Amino acid sequence: MTPVVTKRRIIFWAVAALFFASLPFVFTQSFALSMLSQMGIAIIFALSYNMLLGQTGLLSFGHAVYFGLGAFFCAHALNLVGAGKFWFPVTFMPLVGGLAGMFFGLVLGFVTTRRAGTPFAMISLGIAEMVAASALMFTGFFGGEGGIATDRTVGGTMMGIGYGPQIQVYYLIAGWCLACIIGMFAITQTPLGRMANAVRDNPERAKFIGYNPTRVRWLMMTLAGFFAGVSGGLAAINYEIVTAETLGVMASGNAVLMAFIGGIGHFWGPIIGAVLVTLLQSALSNYTQAWLLYFGLFFLVIIMFSPGGIANLIMLHKAAWEAGRLKRLLPGYSLSGGAGLVMLLGFFALIEMIYRSEAKDAANKAFSYFGVTLDPVQATFWIGTLAVLAAGIAMFYAATRVVKRAWDDITAELQIKGMV
Amino acid sequence: MTGPALQLSDVRKSFGRTSIINGVNLAISRGERHAIIGPNGAGKSTLFNLISGRFPVSAGRIDLHGEDITGLEPHLINRKGLSRSFQITNIFPRLSVYENLRCAVLWSLGYKYSFWHRIGALREVRGRTDAIVERIGMAARRDRPAGVLTYAEQRALEIGVTIAGGADVILLDEPTAGMSRSETDEAVELIRNVTEGKTLVMVEHDMSVVFNLADRISVLVYGEVIASGTPQEIRGNKTVQEAYLGTEQL
Repeated sequence: MTPVVTKRRIIFWAVAALFFASLPFVFTQSFALSMLSQMGIAIIFALSYNMLLGQTGLLSFGHAVYFGLGAFFCAHALNLVGAGKFWFPVTFMPLVGGLAGMFFGLVLGFVTTRRAGTPFAMISLGIAEMVAASALMFTGFFGGEGGIATDRTVGGTMMGIGYGPQIQVYYLIAGWCLACIIGMFAITQTPLGRMANAVRDNPERAKFIGYNPTRVRWLMMTLAGFFAGVSGGLAAINYEIVTAETLGVMASGNAVLMAFIGGIGHFWGPIIGAVLVTLLQSALSNYTQAWLLYFGLFFLVIIMFSPGGIANLIMLHKAAWEAGRLKRLLPGYSLSGGAGLVMLLGFFALIEMIYRSEAKDAANKAFSYFGVTLDPVQATFWIGTLAVLAAGIAMFYAATRVVKRAWDDITAELQIKGMV
Repeated sequence: MTGPALQLSDVRKSFGRTSIINGVNLAISRGERHAIIGPNGAGKSTLFNLISGRFPVSAGRIDLHGEDITGLEPHLINRKGLSRSFQITNIFPRLSVYENLRCAVLWSLGYKYSFWHRIGALREVRGRTDAIVERIGMAARRDRPAGVLTYAEQRALEIGVTIAGGADVILLDEPTAGMSRSETDEAVELIRNVTEGKTLVMVEHDMSVVFNLADRISVLVYGEVIASGTPQEIRGNKTVQEAYLGTEQL
C-alpha cells in the first residue's frame, strides 16, 4: 500500500474515534447510554464471530463459549482485586477476559478446527452444550443459577475515573471497541488473514501452496477467542454480573444472527448487525411482547431476500452511486417505502390483535395502536386490519416493480459502460 | 547436484481390493520435461495424487531431490519444492486473481502464518505477485474474482498458482484439457515459459502438446509404466502402439 492510503486510514479511524466519543452528547438519556454500551460489546462479539464465519468459513454455533468464559474470568479477576489479592487496573481488565478467551480458543480450537463444514458446526455445538452444562455443574467457578456478581469500582478512583457512572463505562467500552475493530481489521490485512480467506474458499488447494488449513483455522479460532473474550470481559464490567446464560447456545445464536443480518461478506457487516440486533432486542421489547416473533421474521426476511445481509444491500448501491444513477431509484424507493409502511402497519396490527385476543381477561383486550384503540373482540377491527394489510401488500408489490425496472435500467447502463 | 529430482521406487496404491498403481518405478532428472501418457483409467492422476501427498501410498517410496517424502502431508511436500496443478480447476474462487497468486507466494517468502505483517507493505510479495500476474498474462484481470474468469483464464491462473511459490518440481495434471486449439497453443507457450529451468512432470492427453513439450515420455497402462523414453523412442515402441491401438493416434 502506498503511504497515502495509510494516512487516509488513520484519518478514518480518527473520525471513528470522534464519532464514538460524541455519541453520549447526542444520546443523553441513561437508557440510550446503556444501550450504546451494549452495542459496543455486541460489535466486538459479532466481529470476532465473523473472523470465523465470514473470513475462515467456519460456521460456529458455540462462539459465546469464549465470550462467556472471558466474562467469568474477568469477573473473578475483578473480585480478586476487590479482595486485595492483587492489583490490576480495571481499564485493562478486559484483557483478562481476552486472554481467557484466547486460551480456550487455543485448547478447544485444537479439537474443533480439525474439521470444517458441517462437522465443525456440529462439534462447535457439542462443545457449547458441554461448556454450558459444566457451568451449571461447577458452581464454585460459575456461581450456579445466580451467576457471579462483581463490582467494577474495585480499582478505586484515579484522575476521576472509577467506573462508577455508566458514562465512564461507556467510554471504556468504546475505547476497547475501537481498538478491537482496528485489531480485527488489521488481521484481515496480514498473511494469516488472507490465507484464512483462501482456506475458506478451498482448503484442499491451500495445502498445495504450503499451508496447513487446520493450522490456519486453529490460529483464527484462537484470535477470534481473544476478541470474544475481550467483549465478554467488557460485559462483566458493564453488567457487574455474569451468569451461565452468557455462554449458552442462545448467546451463541445471537452471534450468528448479528453476523448474518449485518452481512458476513464484508468486514464491517457484523457491525451493522450488532447495532441493529441490540437496538431491536432492547427497543422492540419495550413496545410489544410479541417482539421475538418480529425479530425472527426480520431475520427470515433478510436471509431470504438479501442473503448477503444489509452490508451487501448497501454495496449493491455503490456502483450505482459512483455512476451518479442513485437518484433514479428514488421514486421507486419512496413508493415502496410508503407502501411498505402501510403493509407493516397492517401486519403489526394483525399480529397484535391475535396476540391480545389470547389475553385472559376479556376486559383488557382492547389496546392502543399508534393512537388508535383496537379491540380484537369486535369483527370490524379485524376487517379493517386485514383491509389495510391487503392494500399494503398490493401497493408494495406494485412499488417493487417500479424499483425493479429502475434497477434493470441502471444495471444495463452500467454494463454498457463496463462498470459492472 | 546429482541424482534425479524425483524418484519413484516400486510405488503401489490400492483402494480396497482394487489395485490402481502396481509398482511404478520412475526417475525424473533435474530440468527434464517429462510427460506421462496412457489411456483413461491408467492411474495417471492417482500417481500425481500419490507424489503430491494427496493420497498415501500403499507401498513403495518417493524421493524428492534424494529426500524421502513418502507419507508426508501435502503442505510439507510443497514446502520442500514440489508444486502441482489439478485436472479440475482448483483455485480460490472468491479471491481475486491477484489474491490467488499472492497467497501462493506467501509461504515460500517465509511469511507463514504471520498476523503481524501488513501484507500490502511486503515489497517482495508484491513484486513476485506482480511478476506472475504479468507472466501468465492476466494483468487486465488482476482484480476480478477467480470464480468469474473464463475457463481458459482459470486454467492459466491454475498454472500461475502452481508456479508462484517458486517450486522447482512442477506437476501439471492435464493443463490443456477442454481447451480450443488456439487456447492450447497459448497454454503450451505459457507452460514452456514458466517451467524454464525447472523439472516438469505432466499428465497430458493431447499428443501434439506432449510431443511439443516433453523431453521424455512415460506410458502408464493399468498402473504400470510399460515404456519410458524420448518422444522418438516412444513413437516407435511396439507395446505402446498396441496399448493405444484404436484409442488415440500417436
